Parts: sequence; structure tokens; C-alpha cells
Amino acid sequence: MSVKVLFFAGLREALGVASESLALPEGIGSVGALRDLLAARGEPWAALVITKNLRAAVNQQMVGLDAPVREGDEVAFFPPVTGG
Amino acid sequence: MTVSVQEADFDPGAEIAALSLGRDDVGAVASFVGLVRADKVADGGVGADEAAAIAAMTLEHYPGMTEKALQAIVAEARGRWDLFGVRVIHRVGRLLPGDRIVLVAVASAHRGEALAACEFIMDYLKTRAPFWKKEETPDGGRWVDARTSDDRAAGRWSS
Repeated sequence: MSVKVLFFAGLREALGVASESLALPEGIGSVGALRDLLAARGEPWAALVITKNLRAAVNQQMVGLDAPVREGDEVAFFPPVTGG
Repeated sequence: MTVSVQEADFDPGAEIAALSLGRDDVGAVASFVGLVRADKVADGGVGADEAAAIAAMTLEHYPGMTEKALQAIVAEARGRWDLFGVRVIHRVGRLLPGDRIVLVAVASAHRGEALAACEFIMDYLKTRAPFWKKEETPDGGRWVDARTSDDRAAGRWSS
């Protein structure tokens, strides 16, 4: 299963990457599992678990970490929003 | 057009006027304009010593999702109040102190609905629309922290 992963704002800067396409191993079926898989890459990827109140979106809808991830999804991780 | 995310500045007067143009049922237009402030006391309110002058601010967004999130907020406002027109403009890119950041303008028959809907849209925009501010200060760049007071403000509307 392959997905597109996007990172924004301070998280994007910490990781040094804005997006990547990723083939997921068996058993990675939720946003939280995807986050843990990425965080396990070591520095600087631990930013994904250190970021306070990390937010996530699947296909441009805000979701919780328990939301499912499916083939072809666009998954985004970012810090809490600060617009306005 | 209801929602715009753009680098260009906007004309609040023209946007407000457009909401009642050619109709005689609008009794109230409420609006909010947010601007870049030059200085800001650090979160936690420690005092003026902690304030760092802000030379500029860069707004990042999530193209596609940001527009959808704003449209969803406007749709929710229309479900709660009887509104004749709504205009939301949010700028992105590098902005200087005094620059306009955001406009929310709402037209309705009466002021109560227009004022409430305007405040609701701003409260939800601040907590649900994917924008991020990075300030340029003499000490370097600094991503703005989300404020719990914004979460509380948005939470008022869920009771």
C-alpha cells in the first residue's frame, strides 16, 4: 500500500522534507501507526512524537491518530494551526 | 466567491459593500479585519522585557485543505444563522507590521446574526483552518505557538 505524506510549518523544517511517497509495510493501517513508523527512523524524525498536540489530516480532512489509512491516501502531519 | 486564500492585499470597504450590492434585504454587515502587529508579548504574558519586535511574518498554508476547511466553516455558520452573504479572505506569504492578514464579513437581516456569525467564523478559522505563522524577530525566525485561549473561544460554540 502506498501513500503520500505531507509535513507543514515547524515540523516540515525540523524534518527537512515537505512531502514523500511511501510504500507502507503490512500492518500499518492507521495515522498513528504511520506516525510511529516514521518516528522510528531516528533523528530528526522523533519530531513527530515530540511535537506538542500534533495534528493530522487524511485526504485534507482533520482526523485523529486512530483514523484509518488506505491505499492512495494523502496523509498530512502538522503542528496546531495559528492563522487568523 | 466566498473564500479566498491569496498573497495579494484586499480592500475591506469594497468587500463589505459587495455583500449588500443590489439587494434591499440586508440590514446588517459585520466584519473583522486582522492585522500584523509589530510587537508581541511572549505567550504567558511575562512582561514587556519578553516582547521582541517583529520585523515580518510569513504565513504558510496547506493548499487545497485550507480552502476546504474555510468553506466548511462558512457552511457551518450558514447552518446556524440566516445569512445572506459571507466573505472570507486570508493572506499567505510574507507580511509586514500593519499589513492586513484576514477579513471575515457577514451580511444578514439583523446585527445579532451578523455579529455572532462573524465571531464564530473567526474562532473556528483560528483553530481549524491550516495556516501557520512564522515571525521574524531580531533573534531569528520563530513559529508562533497555538494559544489555548483560541481553543476556549472556539469551544464556546459547541454547547
